[in-house]
Amino acid sequence: MPKLLEVNDLKTQFRTREGPIQAVNGISFTVNEGEAVGIVGESGSGKSVTALSILRLLPMPPAQIVDGAVLFQDQDLVDLNEAEMRRIRGGKISMIFQDPISSLNPVMRIQDQIVETLQLHLGLSKAEARARARSLLEAVGIPDAARRLRGYPHQFSGGMRQRVMIAIAIATNPKLLIADEPTTALDVTIQAQILELLARLRRDLNTSLILITHDLGVVAGVTDRILVMYAGHIAERAPTEEIFDNPRHPYTLGLLGAVPRLDAERGSDLVTIPGSPPDLLHPPTGCPFQPRCPFKIDKCATYPPDLKVGRDHYSACWVDVTDPKEQQRAMQKGFIPLHPVGGTLAGEFSAGNA
Amino acid sequence: MTAQEIAFKPQVNSDVLMRIEDLVMHFPIMQGVVFQHKVGAVHAVDGVSLAIPRGQTVGLVGESGSGKSTIGRTLVRLYKPTSGHLYLENDDLAELEGNQLRAVRRRVQMVFQDPFASLDPRLTVGALIAEPMVIHNIGMRNEIRQRTEDLLRTVGLNPNFIDRYPHEFSGGQRQRIAIARAISIEPQFIIADEPVSALDVSIRAQILNLMQRLQRSMGLTYLFISHDLSVVRHVAQRTAVMYLGKLMEVADGPEVYVNPLHPYTAALLSAVPIADPKTEKRRSRILLGGDLPSPINIPSGCRFHTRCPLAQQICREVEPPLEDKTANGHFAACHFSDKVDALVKKGSISGMGSL
Repeated sequence: MPKLLEVNDLKTQFRTREGPIQAVNGISFTVNEGEAVGIVGESGSGKSVTALSILRLLPMPPAQIVDGAVLFQDQDLVDLNEAEMRRIRGGKISMIFQDPISSLNPVMRIQDQIVETLQLHLGLSKAEARARARSLLEAVGIPDAARRLRGYPHQFSGGMRQRVMIAIAIATNPKLLIADEPTTALDVTIQAQILELLARLRRDLNTSLILITHDLGVVAGVTDRILVMYAGHIAERAPTEEIFDNPRHPYTLGLLGAVPRLDAERGSDLVTIPGSPPDLLHPPTGCPFQPRCPFKIDKCATYPPDLKVGRDHYSACWVDVTDPKEQQRAMQKGFIPLHPVGGTLAGEFSAGNA
Repeated sequence: MTAQEIAFKPQVNSDVLMRIEDLVMHFPIMQGVVFQHKVGAVHAVDGVSLAIPRGQTVGLVGESGSGKSTIGRTLVRLYKPTSGHLYLENDDLAELEGNQLRAVRRRVQMVFQDPFASLDPRLTVGALIAEPMVIHNIGMRNEIRQRTEDLLRTVGLNPNFIDRYPHEFSGGQRQRIAIARAISIEPQFIIADEPVSALDVSIRAQILNLMQRLQRSMGLTYLFISHDLSVVRHVAQRTAVMYLGKLMEVADGPEVYVNPLHPYTAALLSAVPIADPKTEKRRSRILLGGDLPSPINIPSGCRFHTRCPLAQQICREVEPPLEDKTANGHFAACHFSDKVDALVKKGSISGMGSL
């Protein structure tokens, strides 16, 4: 698959009165054409800042892209001027945000908000744009589209608003769709509808997708590859199945163990990651995870390089967490190895249950 | 006695701490200024009966607007119920007022979702944790201070934090403070309304483990209210699924998750993403069309029929009772619970357009 987006050593900083905050601290990754990449991390890990840096949507100052390149179709977005950038945004790269009520204009009819995008980017006439707006709403599964087009955002439910946002985002057939926690504000049944919609649109339009979420379950079903972010760094990146089958970074191990799973038996204690994420004003030296890490060794005082641990699988950790000796050592510090989940769940085909 | 009440009489050997009987909570919608009159009602809770066994955790699951938080708030009498009974042992919380209510409230405490909003920013941690003891006249001043320090230790915080303010703490630490405050007067029963929903994944596990540890050491009973089925499965011995003010399904142990007997439960389960791509690939999904109907105009018959993939004519006309479908305490309110298994296996997708 040809490369669509290549982020190289991106560093984004916020200048505050107390000092600079390295929100994104030298991350590199690629997104191929038609590929879905998940970015997973907790609050403050830098996942949203990464997305906003790609689209240059951060208020500057206080934010500043201090280093790195964002190559999109061989063009460095960091160097573009504002007018050029505006053509990219909503044209070739679209974004969907977490909170659809604050991303839609409350005093504009839905129709006008979609038509605005279409006229701006595709140069359609008003009548053409209206017809396309209607087919877009139908495409994202909004019933009675002709009537709903004349409605205002407050007349739509949360799930329906997110569908409208997706309709606007795909209006220009973008090459890349960035969805930042698109289902976090929604109920679980509505979340399933929206994830299904995103997957279908990606198939139909061959759009690449960056899906940003704190929920490992959401990325498991939708993405091809996953980046796990912690404190502005990429801790681990690998194909989706590889991350879940063969996690190599202690933080990924911790995250996987900390999530209660619907198909797990009850009663067992969850694996906890002690402490809390670092204060980015005063980050720890070396690996940012080391104060919480049961695998910590002396070497962790220097930041580990992106070590290749498998095919297309990189982990920024000095320790081989699969080594039984290292696991023994970590268990003395409270580490609980992940045990295979043996529970059953309604809706699984029994043939698949090994 | 209704069928529901009979169904929820305590079973042999199970000691019930809290019994909710036919609880109804309607919020009136008023119109007019001088001559105010009622023009309708939000049917937040519409007849719910549920037994909560002593020392156990009962999980109450539902989407936003299902009425699960209203039940929690009614149980501590933040609302006075429209009708129904709330028996805590032998006292009916729905009937009590004044000093009697206060005396019973000492046995019931609540932990809220948002630890940023539930802690008064102008009180120190010590004052926050001590407040329930002061209100209920427990202990002398120096005893209270000593006990507050012990409580901080119990919930895993440094006792030296006693004179700090809430803004100096992270979300997880604040939730620990809220828990210390709830257990300070040694209640029997804690209602936890989405206690971990606002927390990050790694912190969530810490709080869940803390709550389970406290339950074991203090013999606490929990009503755990959450929209997150995976969390509820992890903590609860009995799970109740709520939809638009009514219980759709109740069962002990993993029954609800392994063998759902209500199409709504089945749809909820299939909607939860699982952190395992292999499982995700082989799962069948039941996608519900549309949104939750308005609790002002409850659909006729079965209130789930507007979104139900199994709905027939009878569902639009006759409300199915919540009844034991298996003779071992697996309750469901559905005319076609024998068809749910087939639905789960097949999956269904409705309400999607095409490009």
